Amino acid sequence: MNLDAVDEAVTSSVFFARLQELTHKLADPLLNWGFRYSTWWYLFGLKCCAIEMMSFFAARFDAERLGTFFSSTPRRADLMFVTGPVTKKMAPRLKLLYEQMPCPKYVIAIGECAICGGPWFESYSVIQGVDKIVPVDMYVPGCPPRPEQFIESLQKLHKDIKEKGLRR
Amino acid sequence: MILNMGPQHPSTHGVLRLKLTIDADTITRVVPYMGYIHRGLEKLAENRRYEQFTPHPDRLDYISAMSWNGLYCQTIEKALDLHLPERVEYIRVICFELQRIANHLMFFAAYTLDLGQTTMFIYPFQEREWILDLFEQISGQRLTYNYFRIGGVSRDVPRDWPEKVSRFLDHMEKRMKVYHNMVEENEIFLARTKGIGVMKREEALRLGMLGPPLRASGACRDVRRDEPYSIYERLDFDIPILEEGDSFARYEIRMLEIYESIKIVRQALTQLPDEKIPDGHDLIKQPVKVPECEVYCRNELPKGEGAFYLISTGERPEGRLATEGGRRPYRLKIKSPAFVNLWFLDPLTRGHHIADIIPINSSLDLIFGEVDR
Amino acid sequence: MMEEFQKTLQEKFKIAESIVVRNELRVKLVREELLPLCKFLSENSFDHLSCITGIDFIEYIQVVYHLFSYEKKFWVVLKVDLQKDNPHVPTVCPVWPVADWLERETYDLMGIVFDGHPDLRRILLPESWKGYPLRKDYVDENEIQWGEVL
Repeated sequence: MNLDAVDEAVTSSVFFARLQELTHKLADPLLNWGFRYSTWWYLFGLKCCAIEMMSFFAARFDAERLGTFFSSTPRRADLMFVTGPVTKKMAPRLKLLYEQMPCPKYVIAIGECAICGGPWFESYSVIQGVDKIVPVDMYVPGCPPRPEQFIESLQKLHKDIKEKGLRR
Repeated sequence: MILNMGPQHPSTHGVLRLKLTIDADTITRVVPYMGYIHRGLEKLAENRRYEQFTPHPDRLDYISAMSWNGLYCQTIEKALDLHLPERVEYIRVICFELQRIANHLMFFAAYTLDLGQTTMFIYPFQEREWILDLFEQISGQRLTYNYFRIGGVSRDVPRDWPEKVSRFLDHMEKRMKVYHNMVEENEIFLARTKGIGVMKREEALRLGMLGPPLRASGACRDVRRDEPYSIYERLDFDIPILEEGDSFARYEIRMLEIYESIKIVRQALTQLPDEKIPDGHDLIKQPVKVPECEVYCRNELPKGEGAFYLISTGERPEGRLATEGGRRPYRLKIKSPAFVNLWFLDPLTRGHHIADIIPINSSLDLIFGEVDR
Repeated sequence: MMEEFQKTLQEKFKIAESIVVRNELRVKLVREELLPLCKFLSENSFDHLSCITGIDFIEYIQVVYHLFSYEKKFWVVLKVDLQKDNPHVPTVCPVWPVADWLERETYDLMGIVFDGHPDLRRILLPESWKGYPLRKDYVDENEIQWGEVL
């Protein structure tokens, strides 16, 4: 059986396109709800903001009540917090880790260092902002931002996913 | 076989890459690679005025930010030969020792999390949040305080702050018993740390170890005792020393140091003088101009002996060695204890299993903002 | 005590100049005298090498070693001037093993070459970095090396 021919027949047929639309319309709200209440973040701490990320996970600002938990491997993560400056040495590794995360994935840039280079924007080895390497969905200002701002950013992300749908 | 523990790893306390050469689960060699957070702080210091550079040392070791901030201000004050009011010195020592307690609590949390015990990660964070609340009341920030200024502090402590600190210390002493129980009755923790990564006294001194790991191996070296700075001479405290030199000793010594820090803060609170100290706004009125000199100033940071080496070429007209009329350093060298202690990962892990790297790495208490600068 | 030690050093070795400031004995010497002096110091209780610094004084480069003695309780600061086009100096690793990484960092950022070092390569910057950042005439032309992942 020629699979290429079958594949082409399915993707160019109007019936199957309509069927796909219908499935998305029915299943999307369910998928959205399931995704946004279990966005697991990737345990990747670069600098000071990573300590606030650990405080965010500890008992006072409990992250697990929002449905999140940390994942040590990028293969199971939905969300990456970039918590520090990205140097020229670290940039290829960061891009590799970002590409290893499966879609749909989101990136939140935490702190001034990730947004624009921070206090080190004139340095010879710091890249001015992580959005020059990976696409960023949300910027959280502060040096470092409080754990309450982590909670706020997650809630805004959840609202965003609810309104605009998952990125495919 | 060569195995890579890449820059991202849940247990390496930051961005550290290790290249392990193993022989079927036994390690023959470990080569650390660092520099993933190198921001060029020393070059940045040459382009900033002394007052403008004050927030930057906080970001070196962000878990003990008060200590580095205080060390920088101390270096500049030594170069300017400034005499600080007594109250400022006492406030600084109280902040240093509270920061030491917070740092050791964070060490305890991260150490036990690396060994898999999440409960013992959550418990110390409660006390650490209390200390961060105390620091927030005086400086406004939770992590990188920038509280000290050259010549003093940015603002005086609130009137009820000393009483809140002593209430915290009473609570902390009771909590230490809880932490001891959590560890002593935990067979897995003891089996994974006792006898792992042993370094004896002579080897540690010859190879140049610093800080609590050196004191856990039996050598009594502490800058607060050998070259006292600030008001440490007036305070009565002991330097704990242990003999075993293994990962468990490196953990236990930090718990003993918490008791000593509580003692120091209690004494400092009773001796705290009541006088009016200049505000940060008053200190900024005169620009800081350092004359031609070189100063080497070291402190006992929670992780070991840290130092700043400042070279200033003074006020000279525009030309070769000019530095904006003496308002910028010509060269500021930062010496961090974690950079020296990271070298010990190789000798300590020879002959152990791969799973033993984690307790050894965590017991050295490294922080990569300080290693890479 | 520092003055007596200063006299002992001046008798035994060829020292350009030496001065006592607070509790530091600052000694300036030529690079050929460095290793013999270091061996003498380490036998006389100066076993703590605290810091190795490289400074760019535009016409020449200087290496500074900070040594402390826990018995005698004072510092000895050694300074060696090197020419900018030939910044070679013998390594002190055989005397104080802690100098291993301190010298690698000075090579990485300032470009001083330590002869006899067991493993002199870059430590903080990537291996393919061009130039020495802490020099006063440094201009940055380094890009991200996308292929350098491992």
